[in-house]
Amino acid sequence: MSSDLTPSDSAATGDGPSAELAHGGVRDDRLARPEYSGPGALPLAAIDHTPRRSDLYPKAARRVERQITLMFLLSMLMAVLFVIGYVAIDVGAEIYIPVLGTVGYQNLVLGVTFGLGVFLIGAGAIQWAKKLMPDVEVVQDRHRLQSDPAETVKAHDQYERGKEESGFAAYRIMRRTLIGALALFPIPLVVLVRDMWVNDDPALAGMSPAEILSETAWTGGLRIVIDGSLAPLRPEDIPVGGLVSGLPENIMEIQEETHTLNERGKSAIILVRMDPGDIRAQQGADWDYQGILAYSKICTHVGCPIALYEHRTHHLLCPCHQSTFDLADAGNVIFGPAARRMPQLPITVDEEGFLVAASDFAEPVGASFWERG
Amino acid sequence: MSTTEKVGAEAGTFVDQRLGSNKWLGKNLKKVFPDHWSFMLGEIALYSFMVVLITGVFLTLFYKPSLVEVVYEGSYVPLKGIYMTEAYATTLDISFDVRGGLLIRQMHHWSALIFVAAISVHLFRVFFTGAFRKPREMNWVIGVGLLVLALGAGFSGYSLPDDLLSGTGLQIARGIAQAIPIIGTWAAFLLFDGQFPGVDFMSRLYMVHILLIPGLIIALITVHLMMVWYQKHTQFPGQGRTNENVVGYPLLPVYMAKAGGFFFIVFGIITMLSGLVNINPVWIFGPYTPDQVTAGTQPDWYIGWLDGALRVMPNWETVAFGFTVSWNILIPAVIIPGIIFTAMAFYPFLEAWATGDKREHHLLDRPRNAPVRTGIGVMSIVFYGLLWLGGGNDLVATTFNLSINAITWFLRIGLFVLPPLAFIITKRTCLSLQRRDREKLLHGYESGRVLRLPHGEFVEVHEPLGNKEKAILMAKLDSEQTPIALPQKTDANGVKNKRYRIEMLRARLSGFYFADTIAPPTLEEIEAGQAHVAHEAALEAPLHEYEETHYVNVPFHGGVLHEEGAPMTNAEALEVTRHKD
Repeated sequence: MSSDLTPSDSAATGDGPSAELAHGGVRDDRLARPEYSGPGALPLAAIDHTPRRSDLYPKAARRVERQITLMFLLSMLMAVLFVIGYVAIDVGAEIYIPVLGTVGYQNLVLGVTFGLGVFLIGAGAIQWAKKLMPDVEVVQDRHRLQSDPAETVKAHDQYERGKEESGFAAYRIMRRTLIGALALFPIPLVVLVRDMWVNDDPALAGMSPAEILSETAWTGGLRIVIDGSLAPLRPEDIPVGGLVSGLPENIMEIQEETHTLNERGKSAIILVRMDPGDIRAQQGADWDYQGILAYSKICTHVGCPIALYEHRTHHLLCPCHQSTFDLADAGNVIFGPAARRMPQLPITVDEEGFLVAASDFAEPVGASFWERG
Repeated sequence: MSTTEKVGAEAGTFVDQRLGSNKWLGKNLKKVFPDHWSFMLGEIALYSFMVVLITGVFLTLFYKPSLVEVVYEGSYVPLKGIYMTEAYATTLDISFDVRGGLLIRQMHHWSALIFVAAISVHLFRVFFTGAFRKPREMNWVIGVGLLVLALGAGFSGYSLPDDLLSGTGLQIARGIAQAIPIIGTWAAFLLFDGQFPGVDFMSRLYMVHILLIPGLIIALITVHLMMVWYQKHTQFPGQGRTNENVVGYPLLPVYMAKAGGFFFIVFGIITMLSGLVNINPVWIFGPYTPDQVTAGTQPDWYIGWLDGALRVMPNWETVAFGFTVSWNILIPAVIIPGIIFTAMAFYPFLEAWATGDKREHHLLDRPRNAPVRTGIGVMSIVFYGLLWLGGGNDLVATTFNLSINAITWFLRIGLFVLPPLAFIITKRTCLSLQRRDREKLLHGYESGRVLRLPHGEFVEVHEPLGNKEKAILMAKLDSEQTPIALPQKTDANGVKNKRYRIEMLRARLSGFYFADTIAPPTLEEIEAGQAHVAHEAALEAPLHEYEETHYVNVPFHGGVLHEEGAPMTNAEALEVTRHKD
């Protein structure tokens, strides 16, 4: 197509339209395509171009107009339906829809009406652009991005002038002290960050982060309670092959005192019972009680709680990154990204026959940290 | 002029008298934007981000970033009377008690997922077409920054509901922070205000999620778009398109209608999706406690590769002088992402240096015409894809009944073997496509019309290329680059070349990029070839007719239909037959 071709000209080259149309005779004025020339027009690109039906037939153009109008009308209807759905449908109502299953009724109606309403505006606009606005591509020149040499010289001169006038180069000591002052001025901003954490917990008074991470609530004689019911445990409550999640008996008091779940995240343990003959190694002599072993529940990799236990192999698997520990072999790592064994909690029974911790863990629980050593 | 237009014109004059805006409008209302489907990927990212902003504002009206424990009294029965944090309780309220709240929450989540996905695919488009080349390197760097911020926005938002999954994600993030040498433990304590989970972290994360990151994203998007506007969009090679012009549709009316309409399309699809498809049903996971976890934990898709890296890493840890360095966490979660994003940001500069290319590029490369770059891209995608697969190794194991250890070992080895393999395959494929393009330019395209010649030979008729396709293929002639010549150790006067080693490296890299590329035919060869094809096609044309009228009844006598002097060319054979008649 030559660059000065108009749709009427292209109509003349097409085989469909009548001769009258080609000369602009029977065009519906309201739908007439504008000429691609005149004020505000850009030069057409030299690209082979086929006119669209809506360029050639007023009827086709009007059909597109009707389509688009319908889309906009439906969009308005959707906005109304949305409000009706918002008011009329109960927020908790559910509805069964094939494929989707049972879903929130209101959520479905609101989503579909709102979404469709918005979508139809877009669909109409794009249809308008594709069918009724010019589909011939136009050309613009790219401008040079780099400055003219004269502009660069000007900028350079002004910079030099400024340097000269400010005396930035001449006053050496003043310049250096300014740089020094500018370098130090953010220090308060950095220092202020320090109090993002202050160790104001009396129970942890004077302890460094590393020390805090290194100990838990467990002490000798503290009873082990079941996570959930918080009932104390007797050895016979755990069958061979069984697994119980445990916590220190004072966990709720600690939580109420500190208003945090921090201690739960450190002192959570699992208790497993195996045939004493199956235990190949422990982290300390007789840290078990009649084949009941207590291990930290917090993975030594990045701290996920672990509870996937396979009682036949005595393997403990972390659901986050699949580190695998052998609880029959001192909690050593047998696979996965964890580098350290699961810390073992030495246990025994008190005089009433309930399971208790014999002491705190001998090593820090949970994820590694720099000062752990 | 309608009343509305009059008011608009008056407003325009008001602004123009104060800012001279008509100068700008006169230049820009007809600004030309090139058209290609792949250019809308960045638009999807922009529009989904706008949906994120709109829905996010709505969510802030109802959500409370507090880790204070409350008893849930809302209308979701299974969790009634249970202790949970206020963050989780208000998330449940949004989902069950605020009308339209679930829709907005799901729109927020869906559009966030689509935002990151669109950025990623947009990045592929920009990379594989070489759109990052001079003068657009800075915009590429901003784009990489936006990608990182989008990941941060996604992860921080995912963590806010304080459900069991998101809390576990934060626990992992804390573990990663603690693994940073020297400052890690303190940094973790400062960020979380003490131990995990603490009570202050959620409000801090909330600030990051709704102020810090979105503010940075908005600032960078603004610069990103202003640079696209000022430098003008790149365009694919094609008829009428050169490095000096821009061919497409004017902003007013076509591009405005298309791009504006597309915003509503993206908005509408996200909204319908959120009405129809559940996303992140936090009520199923339950409230977070640090001693509970569910099997099959999965982060949102865009964090999967990092989680995968954590999963497949061997368990290396060094303890020296009483300090611990957790390589098993440091390498996958800090070092590898650091290397990947740094390399990504610097790639345009590395490639320009290695190839010695200082030209401005406004015409895009077809990926096949840059085989090494395309190979590097596919290699990176394969590497990423393997890590991502690693993030779902437990699901792969349970779904396909495979051993998780075997999958992990496959990935540990595959991460080193498969990406180079992908590079080689991609590069060879690109070179083959280049050969095909060369053939097409020289001999036209294969018409699919098979002719049997009078002497019995079957040939496929080649047709001359159409103008549009020819223009696309011809672009390679202008974009073609050859390797830099090897440097000399000493110059003609025997003076030692001090930069010999660096120049040698550069020449080698340049050879790596361009040595294998298939040289395009010269203009003369193309003209000669196309003329030949046209001539040949013209000669063959009558054969159709001829076949139908005469040859149909030619009795087969067991031999081939040709005269002496065979083999002949197609054209010669036709000439002979014609003369016989």
